[in-house]
Amino acid sequence: MTERPVLKVETSTRDGGAIVVRPQGDIGYHEAPAFRAAIREAYDKKPTMLIADLSGVAYMATPGLATLVEALQIAKKTSVRLVLCGMNERVRAIFEIARLHTVFTIVNTVEDVAAK
Amino acid sequence: MNNPSTGPVPRSTVPMTFHPGEEPPHLSIEVASDPSLLCGLRELVNRLARNIGFSEVQSSQVALAVDEALANVIRHGYDNRPDSRIWLSIWTLAPNEHGPGLRLIIEDQARQVDPATIKSRELDDIRPGGLGVHIIREVMDETRYEKRSGTGMRLTLEKRTSTPGKASRPGVACLLSTPSSTSPPNPSADSSCGPSSETQTPTSEPGKDHA
Repeated sequence: MTERPVLKVETSTRDGGAIVVRPQGDIGYHEAPAFRAAIREAYDKKPTMLIADLSGVAYMATPGLATLVEALQIAKKTSVRLVLCGMNERVRAIFEIARLHTVFTIVNTVEDVAAK
Repeated sequence: MNNPSTGPVPRSTVPMTFHPGEEPPHLSIEVASDPSLLCGLRELVNRLARNIGFSEVQSSQVALAVDEALANVIRHGYDNRPDSRIWLSIWTLAPNEHGPGLRLIIEDQARQVDPATIKSRELDDIRPGGLGVHIIREVMDETRYEKRSGTGMRLTLEKRTSTPGKASRPGVACLLSTPSSTSPPNPSADSSCGPSSETQTPTSEPGKDHA
């Protein structure tokens, strides 16, 4: 098959050292490695907080969940806060089926993160 | 493996193992075990389910189950080799008291495993991976793994439009559904194959250590 990038992931740094990772597209088995690479790159920059803004993600399968669980493990190990935001109902549903919605800090929007 | 009369996959390896009296599938696809093809397949299944009477929500559940099952075959059965074969066969089921439905059979030529050992991890054991089977069983009415005769595995999935029970749970009910007024800060994020713009970031090796 033709090789081409499969997932756009924007990364930005906010005042105070928080990094926002914003994937745009579906995150299934094929796309999850790009998401994982972006998260690892963000952690390498030693942020004060990592925010995964999922507002651009319409579909997520379990490889996306696995990537975020791994991100949570790194967060705990490095004492960095990890916050998820921007989930649509479909993405939130898979967290609920997997009973992961109580494990993460989840807010509605990036703007809500400061209040958490 | 090549056979001049039948192409790269000899007829003898095509594992359409239908039971006696079973009608041929209404749709059958032979697909390479390439993760980049999963997006198109889940969209196809989603649209087919929608077309026979499943709601958008239900159609998305069927597509998710197929996506998870195919990813499991690629990762665990074929060790991410992209040049092996997977067969997806689909039957539309005539309406009964639970409405019309779909039966989907996924077959492979990968190593065989005891169906009794195909389990999700414990949900309380929070760690990456191990959730695909749980998701499949949650969203489908019937999930059955079998060893095929000779080689490979066969997974049968069934779902009807009006089956009561778990499929109507709130957590299961909105997978892949069309964004509603309460959904996303970015409601334009419709499910689609590929990235949503031209700008790309480097990617790592597809299909590794994530399912």
